[in-house]
Amino acid sequence: MSAAALQLRALSRQFGTHYAVRGVDLDVAPGEMIVLLGPSGCGKTTTLRMLAGFLSASSGDILLDGASIAALPPHRRDIGIVFQSYALFPHLSVARNVRFGLEMRRVPRAAADERVAEMLRLVKLDRFADRLPRQLSGGQQQRVALARALAIRPRLLLLDEPLSNLDAALRQEMAREIRILQREGGITSIVVTHDQSEAMAMADRLVIMRDGVVEQVGSQEEVYERPATPFVASFIGQSNLIRGRLADAGTLVTEGGARVALAARYAGAGAACLAVRPESIRLAAKGGSAGGVVRLCTYLGAVLEHVVRLEDGTDLIVRGAGERHEAGARVSLIWSAAAERVFDADDRPAAQLAEAEPAMTGGQQTWAR
Amino acid sequence: MSATAVVSQPHADPAAALGRAAVLALIAAGLLIIFVPLLLTLYLSLFDEKLILFPPRGYTLAWYPAIIPNFGGAVLVSLELAFGAVIGSLLIGVPAGIALSRYRFRGAGIISTLLLAPLTVPGIALGLAIYLFLVLIEIGTGWPLTGSLLGLILSHLIVTMPWVVRLSVASLVNHDRAAEEAAASLGASPVRVIWRVTLPAMRQGIIAAGLFAFITSFGNLEMALFLVAPGVTTLPVAILEYLEYHIDPLVAAVAVAQMVLIALLLLVLDRFVRLGQVVR
Repeated sequence: MSAAALQLRALSRQFGTHYAVRGVDLDVAPGEMIVLLGPSGCGKTTTLRMLAGFLSASSGDILLDGASIAALPPHRRDIGIVFQSYALFPHLSVARNVRFGLEMRRVPRAAADERVAEMLRLVKLDRFADRLPRQLSGGQQQRVALARALAIRPRLLLLDEPLSNLDAALRQEMAREIRILQREGGITSIVVTHDQSEAMAMADRLVIMRDGVVEQVGSQEEVYERPATPFVASFIGQSNLIRGRLADAGTLVTEGGARVALAARYAGAGAACLAVRPESIRLAAKGGSAGGVVRLCTYLGAVLEHVVRLEDGTDLIVRGAGERHEAGARVSLIWSAAAERVFDADDRPAAQLAEAEPAMTGGQQTWAR
Repeated sequence: MSATAVVSQPHADPAAALGRAAVLALIAAGLLIIFVPLLLTLYLSLFDEKLILFPPRGYTLAWYPAIIPNFGGAVLVSLELAFGAVIGSLLIGVPAGIALSRYRFRGAGIISTLLLAPLTVPGIALGLAIYLFLVLIEIGTGWPLTGSLLGLILSHLIVTMPWVVRLSVASLVNHDRAAEEAAASLGASPVRVIWRVTLPAMRQGIIAAGLFAFITSFGNLEMALFLVAPGVTTLPVAILEYLEYHIDPLVAAVAVAQMVLIALLLLVLDRFVRLGQVVR
């Protein structure tokens, strides 16, 4: 517990009567990179601004290395920030930008010179020390912002949408670079983004937020394979969500009245939501969980994408290598118990009963967090 | 000019061509209205006449050397006054501009209105009101404000301040607030953030504000009219007083000298800031 570098305790922020962030709890291990991920308005940026000290928390606490920083102004927090717009000082050279934090800390000249040179080497900008920010490309400005934030040896590094202003080609490269620097420096970091590929590329653990509340915390595998809510299932990757009710342990009746034979058996009854990823569904001539009619078949290169309409009018997307089924063809949809997620009326995962297909039990895990 | 335009666009819409001609005519009219009085003033200042008679008997540069003995003192007072007004309005107006554009606080709207309102009041009314106000203070406290340089500077602040506040606010409109947050996160206290990040970002706006304040103060007649005293007279007031008894080309020479002074100031400043960018 005390090993955590950063702890958020029931952190909340209200604007009027609206909660932008509500009861966020999080422990971040030293050197860990956490990505706050969610659609706009989910509270991730508000959380970041509370960490930085630009916004005060309405309630809850922020502990950095065990001590509360919630009451400290931004300039006493020793937190490095890389802004989405980079926010370089336009009137200062690259070297003076990087040096800014050291000057504020009254680091002696020689030591500061050395540190600036070291940081510029680290981000491969030593040749650009005397340039002004506007003379640099976006990627280079991003590196200056990173070097400036790291020069103060921050206790925590915050990155706000760090890749969103870069060309697609540069993003992966920059993500790798940031990741390597962060790993090697052992810098505890929080990244905020709405882009799931950016999140996947950078995170040790993901924090999925929605409407100010944390929906799930976990590794890439966990949030992808064992989403905690239907929202996570559809936000990370893609999922077909089918709402209905559990007629019995193994059957979901959709809102439109179609019957879906589930791959596993579930405890409980009543309203439920089934989530299956397009790439987990296989099309066959007969059998399977449900039947439908192909509406569209699209060749996407590596895979084929079929849109299949169930008898109640629900459209499911199916993606994968395999046989082509033309529009109008009747097909069966098959998926494994491991690929299937059923959520109960409260959007919590329903437990699969042990008697599920024996072959699949190896891939199953307890879903309770 | 128009011939080449027609040739290069043989299929030009006649309505568009007419529109272009109208715009050119307007520009020409504007330039005429601005420059004809200036050129006439320059012309008059060269007349070799005691009274302004047309046509003149001859031309002379003699009016120019006569400026110093007649108006030298007033020019000096006006320069001192303008510098005082510039410094005073920058010291108050720039922080006010930062506060108005950076922070949300109760009464921001009222302060903004108050700072900008003097632009809407006729100058002569303001001048009279300020005079009465200063007289009341003088009666109450015994401080000799009317007829003093300090009184003049205080009154000019009212008309120079709106320019400074407006240009300060405008210079921060496009400034990325994240730069200030970045500075804070790097360890800069709020005062150092303003000193190291906000003010440098406002540099062009501040220079332009100072320039406008200077020109406004230097050319202002109404605020000073009631506040001057023997020995403490500004150039516009001195010119007005001179015109009561003399109508000779000396006044035109003074006007030309004043124009040249301000034009030089603009040229020098244009080397430091692109005035065209600041004043839109």
